[in-house]
Amino acid sequence: MPQWNIIQAVNDALRIEMKRDPRVVLLGEDIGKFGGVFRATAGLYEEFGETRVIDTPLAEGGIIGAAIGMAMYGLKPVPEIQFSDFIFPAFDQIVNELGKLRYRSGGQYSAPLVIRTPVGGGIKGGHYHSQSPEALFIHAGGLQVVCPSNPVDAKGLLLSAIRGEDPVLFLEPKRVYRAAKGEVPEGDYTIPIGEAKVVREGKGMTVLAYGAMLHEAEAACAESPDLDAELIDLRTLWPLDLETVTRSVQKTGRCAIVHEAPRSCGFGAEIAALVQERCFYHLEAPILRIAGWDTPFPYTLENDYLPLAPRIRKGLGELRGRRP
Amino acid sequence: MDRATRLALYRSLVEIRVLEKRAYDLFLQNLVKGTSHLSLGQEAVAAGFAVAMRKDDYTFCTYRGHAHTLARGAPMVGVLGELMGRKCGLMGGKGGSMHLTSVEHGAMGSYAIVGAHLPVAAGAAWSAQVRGTDQVSVCFFGDGTTNIGAFHEALNLAAVWKLPVIFVCENNQYMEYTPIREVTAVANPAADRACAYGLEKILIDGNDADVVHRTARECIGKARDGGGPSLVEALTYRTSGHSRADPGKYRPVGELDDWLKKDPVVLYRVRLVGMGIEENALRDIERAVERAVDEATEAAKACPPSGVEVIEKDVWADGGSSWRN
Repeated sequence: MPQWNIIQAVNDALRIEMKRDPRVVLLGEDIGKFGGVFRATAGLYEEFGETRVIDTPLAEGGIIGAAIGMAMYGLKPVPEIQFSDFIFPAFDQIVNELGKLRYRSGGQYSAPLVIRTPVGGGIKGGHYHSQSPEALFIHAGGLQVVCPSNPVDAKGLLLSAIRGEDPVLFLEPKRVYRAAKGEVPEGDYTIPIGEAKVVREGKGMTVLAYGAMLHEAEAACAESPDLDAELIDLRTLWPLDLETVTRSVQKTGRCAIVHEAPRSCGFGAEIAALVQERCFYHLEAPILRIAGWDTPFPYTLENDYLPLAPRIRKGLGELRGRRP
Repeated sequence: MDRATRLALYRSLVEIRVLEKRAYDLFLQNLVKGTSHLSLGQEAVAAGFAVAMRKDDYTFCTYRGHAHTLARGAPMVGVLGELMGRKCGLMGGKGGSMHLTSVEHGAMGSYAIVGAHLPVAAGAAWSAQVRGTDQVSVCFFGDGTTNIGAFHEALNLAAVWKLPVIFVCENNQYMEYTPIREVTAVANPAADRACAYGLEKILIDGNDADVVHRTARECIGKARDGGGPSLVEALTYRTSGHSRADPGKYRPVGELDDWLKKDPVVLYRVRLVGMGIEENALRDIERAVERAVDEATEAAKACPPSGVEVIEKDVWADGGSSWRN
């Protein structure tokens, strides 16, 4: 099995599905001849031609709007938004059109498309190349939101996403785009949307993470084996695998949630609410959120802003000592 | 154009050129951690307009904004310090290369969402109109911006309300890595759209500082006199990549060399010498600029990096971030 990074895994998934399904088309800024700013679509223009790998103008609203139309009428578009921070010119199309199509047409229409976009900090990109907007899209409704942490999951989840019948926002963590490597099975395989993965078993506390911060949480748990933490990679953020989360928290009695996005109204807030609804009498301490700050994303202070392993370890240490 | 204006233009061109090269060097030395988008080859647009602007006029620019910010008079140490994430940076290191802002110098910010600042520039012009201050707003953007909705919304607003705003498209031929002509319905992405908003088609040589300056004076004068907005397309070329990591391999062989023959700084120097301006005067400017950039570099390097204590500053009007963190 090849040792691949997330970019290579995404590229492979796109190639496999484009070969398998002639309805799959890619569109986005610089994705064709140039191969994408992160090289995720490298070689696909040459292999599949300009009718299936489309270089678009800088116009996110137009990209997503056109992709919705394609998806309503028989194609399987996979638009790329160059950075998730650039998604906001398309926010209206995604929230008001894409997420509501099936519902508002009484099930007559849907637009099964997959929006791929790099997410999060890690490249010193400053305010507009670092954000984590997942909670906004979960809140909007009608969208599945996926965020893999490693190449094996990235490939399997992307293939599931493209084959699915609902729109998916596929968030690719750019901090670990190249850093997270793994033995990616060759050929076709899928990982179902909506299934979390226990990456480390433990009885002392449950740690929930996803994307780039999964690796930070993993490091923190490994550095403090006495915490006996159970680490869960959510993988799919929405629909959330609440069963796996609930089972774990009922076992451990403590729960921490790690994400890059600002803490207030972040996805961790929703998870905390869901966990206390289901595990209230099992909880031995208040649920802890370890997150980005409630500020815009700062350029030079990136490593202070992100909840990296040292901050996670400190938080988990406090969580262990907390009493209800 | 008088001698003083010409020398001011030349100085501005040289300042941008030397500072941009220094910024690149600092990246290579790993003293700048993030990315950068240089204006090498495009200096004449920033210089030509800035020299024509009044001190209290507004500049809005993009993430390729070192040139515009500097041309309005922002201090070099603040610019370099910001790139390097130092306390002396224009925004204390929290913004970096893509967001240079110096309100004191009329540099109202560098925007990294394509098209986002065009309606904002229109709003600033609207405010000037309402307040009756005769200020004008000059908004720079790239060719790629002409295909996003905000471009069209802002132009229509500005035309309908006859706002004192000049929209300046720096057509450097590439949006990022894709040639603009491959994804645009018209040959001149900005100028050919002017008629849609009842505006004159203005297509100029953006590498000729005199042409840019003359155009700037005309448009700014018109806007100040209540004549409404202008849309200018300045043809130019970025002789470096889109960003730090871009070697520009998508360019056809020979294209860069052709444009290097039209280097705006070299062209302008040759013209000034041809007009009888003494070599010594030009060399004095070049030496003074080199010295200033060297001093700013050393000052920025000597300045401590921004610390975590500023992370929650300036979220709210009280200067802090109130209830948490």
